[in-house]
Amino acid sequence: MGRALLEGGSPAPINLNHTGHYVHWGVVQISVANLVVIGVMIIIFMAALLLPFPKGRRRP
Amino acid sequence: MSETVADRPAGRGWTAWVRRRAVQALPPEKLLPDEQPAYVTSWIYVFGVLTLSALVVVLISGGVLALKGPAWWHSSPRGHFVNSTHLWSTELLFAFMVIHLWGKFFMAAWRGGRAMTWITGVVAFVASIGTAFTGYLSQQNFDSQWIASEGKDGLNSVGIGAFFNVTDFGQMLLWHVTLLPLALGILVVIHILQVRHRGVVPPIPLPDERHRPAAAEPEPRREEVQP
Repeated sequence: MGRALLEGGSPAPINLNHTGHYVHWGVVQISVANLVVIGVMIIIFMAALLLPFPKGRRRP
Repeated sequence: MSETVADRPAGRGWTAWVRRRAVQALPPEKLLPDEQPAYVTSWIYVFGVLTLSALVVVLISGGVLALKGPAWWHSSPRGHFVNSTHLWSTELLFAFMVIHLWGKFFMAAWRGGRAMTWITGVVAFVASIGTAFTGYLSQQNFDSQWIASEGKDGLNSVGIGAFFNVTDFGQMLLWHVTLLPLALGILVVIHILQVRHRGVVPPIPLPDERHRPAAAEPEPRREEVQP
């Protein structure tokens, strides 16, 4: 199994064996992968602000 | 009944002085609290401890890698898994840390004498970037060679290339496994002790509450920490 992984027989759900995709915006250049990660982080940040938190035990 | 530290008269000497100052700044109920103000019941307050949890996984997986060595992490399935765990936990560490930073920035968490909490957090962030950078340089693959060759010009241009040579694998590995984790660990401990000392920053008051005298402000409702 380890040998197969080393030789490129990885059963990865996404084929990563190619050059990355990039977005260009003036002097800004960022890979789509990094852009997706930043987008997910912003979604998690907004969810953390908006989703209700389980109520704690009140002090008597 | 045996005498306790609290029963004794104030001692003399630097040890007694340090003990008095330490207990004064961080009494046990502040150091290990079992309840927090009600405003802490928000998911945004969870990302600090998530960052710490990811750091623990980084340190444990890094410790295992250091014990087993490169031949293990490069060639065995378990070595690959621990090596990947080290990477994944680092990625989660940075994601949680940046969300924690966003949350604290927008709630102006340096208010109420918490400047040192903010500053130690920022410096710990910078130290963690250096630690991760030297980790990427220690991968022993084409990626680390690429990062080293791309990074050397920038570091040379600011005059530190002679002392911090990114193409020197041995130097980068030692920075990664000794000096930078030590610095980061000390900074994180100071950061947490600052949070314990000053408490979690309250929300920014509404405009009509800003002009209310401080003495009239009610003590925040507290709730027990969920286990």
